Amino acid sequence: MTTVPETTQHPAATGSVEQRDICLERVHKRYGDHVVIGDLSLDIEQGKFYALLGPSGCGKTTTLRMIGGFELPTSGRVLLAGDDVTQLPPHKREVNTVFQSYALFPHLTVEKNVAFGLERRGVDKHETKKRAKEMLELVQLGHLAKRKPGQLSGGQAQRVALARALVNRPRALLLDEPLGALDLRLRRQLQDELKRIQRDIGITFVHVTHDQEEAMSMADTIAVMNKGAIEQAGSAEDLYERPESPFVANFLGTSNLIPVTVEQGGADEFSTVRTSDGHALRLLRNRMWNLKGEQPVAIGVRPEKVRLWGADQTPPEHDNVLPAKVLQATFLGVSLQYALKTAGGQELTVIEPNLVGNSKGTFGPGQDVQVSWDARQTFVVEGETAGA
Amino acid sequence: MSLSLRRKMIPWWFAAPGLVWLIVFFAVPIFNQISVSLMSGDPEVGFELTWSFSTYADAVRDYHTQFLRSIGYAGLATIIDLIIAFPLAYFIAYKAGRFKGLLLLLVILPFFVSQVMRTASWQLILNDQGWAVARMQDLGIVSDGGQFLATGKAVVFGIAYNFLPFMVLPLYATLDRIDRRLIEAASDLYCSRFTAFRKVTLPLAVPGIFAGSLLVFIPACGDYINSSILGSSNTTMIGNVIQSKFLNVLDYPSAAALSFILMGVILLGIALYGRVLGTKNLTELAG
Repeated sequence: MTTVPETTQHPAATGSVEQRDICLERVHKRYGDHVVIGDLSLDIEQGKFYALLGPSGCGKTTTLRMIGGFELPTSGRVLLAGDDVTQLPPHKREVNTVFQSYALFPHLTVEKNVAFGLERRGVDKHETKKRAKEMLELVQLGHLAKRKPGQLSGGQAQRVALARALVNRPRALLLDEPLGALDLRLRRQLQDELKRIQRDIGITFVHVTHDQEEAMSMADTIAVMNKGAIEQAGSAEDLYERPESPFVANFLGTSNLIPVTVEQGGADEFSTVRTSDGHALRLLRNRMWNLKGEQPVAIGVRPEKVRLWGADQTPPEHDNVLPAKVLQATFLGVSLQYALKTAGGQELTVIEPNLVGNSKGTFGPGQDVQVSWDARQTFVVEGETAGA
Repeated sequence: MSLSLRRKMIPWWFAAPGLVWLIVFFAVPIFNQISVSLMSGDPEVGFELTWSFSTYADAVRDYHTQFLRSIGYAGLATIIDLIIAFPLAYFIAYKAGRFKGLLLLLVILPFFVSQVMRTASWQLILNDQGWAVARMQDLGIVSDGGQFLATGKAVVFGIAYNFLPFMVLPLYATLDRIDRRLIEAASDLYCSRFTAFRKVTLPLAVPGIFAGSLLVFIPACGDYINSSILGSSNTTMIGNVIQSKFLNVLDYPSAAALSFILMGVILLGIALYGRVLGTKNLTELAG
């Protein structure tokens, strides 16, 4: 049996904080002609909660499995703590995985499941027992130590899977949609718990999910994946407030995207763009740093950042303003959702908080209105907006 | 009849055909044969129930050699089948891909030919002047100038050959059902491929090993075809004794008594075997 060097302390306690923990370099993965991952690179810092977010089939699980060693990249390198592990099998990598199906060993008790990794690495019996017990306490399952996995609920099985991985004190923990099979309430509860545990023990978590809310509530960094590539990586705020592609703009929340042409900027910090029907809109010039200038461009704004005004009212000066007609108004309790159409045929969604408490001051279908938003809230995306 | 009572009766109606079958074709013959085994007399004047338990004592005294030989041969054949069938079943379950169905068909294909015919063919193949025996002499399995037919080895070989599919099929079914992700989880938890096999695949295959062993061992214990075709008077198994008592000598009480002793021995054997493999595991995993 091969032994992995035993770390007596968590890497975070000894290594430098900014150290790159997991690194993928220009990784490709093909099955025959089918490209699953095309030229993907990512850096994950030590001690961070990193989420790979995307729809099913986007390659997020394959990416995780390449870090874990269950898939070999067709080309490119996988580095853990600076060491090239591309060709190493899973059992020689200092990472552990929480599988989507939990994959608990049905012939072993909960306790034995948790002790499994330590036993394989030859940790002495007394120490193994102690650590397994501590870890079960951490996930609040000490009382179920003697049960078999078949006798556990989904949430309990999930916790055992977590304990079984964490007890080995891996350099990083890989989680493959670990909460996907649980009902909503339990999922929220375990999200908090996972986040707490990650903070307490301070190791890197790489979390695969298709649930944007889950990613936003837990992760320090979210990488949004689409069609085998990372569309954009950043904090939840970065991604939500400053999405750089139509896909990101609509995968995290919803966005109003309006195709525009870029005009020369003015003297201030704003640049001007023009819609197809000739309305000038402004946005912060530094938002345009990533435009390459050849592809079509659209500006975007989140529905809750937009305000509605009657045709006779005057929106705040310097706001971006567009005339529109109300198509539909939906009362959602906490908010009112409007579907609108601009003069140029652009459909917009606006969400207004329910501040008034009666139908006065709201707008009905067919009514002409103006929409306005703070120019600073405008973001810009490059690429086709069709279908977005 | 009240509705709730009628509801409660439904499962019994479903079970009825099976229960009737068991009573008519299992329970009745068993009790009939128990009473036959306690009779005395001879074919000429007929048999009479005399509660002669001495038949059992005589059977053990006269035929304990054949009993031990049967258990020995059946046990050896079971072990040989396990050794051959496990890698085969493993290969079919994990590596055969789209050829799975074809390979399983090949495993059971010999069953389309009568057992007597198949065994007789082996008699031809294994004849003393044949190629097969010459090769075995080269390899030292058979001594120079010696023979393979009419030896205990040939009988064990024949049994192992005839009952192999009974070992392959349950093993295949168990191995195929093992969640592949468990093997991934094991390798994630520092198991090499071999350790993963030893610590995960093998324990989870125990129910299949148990089922396969029973399916081979039980009929092998009572087998007489292999001994009569491939063996000699030195390889007589208890099945041969029972057959001859019943069909040739017409000593029905002894034949019945021998059958029940064999049944008792096998039941005891299964209980012990189950204990060794861990009955708790078996029932839990099977469920």
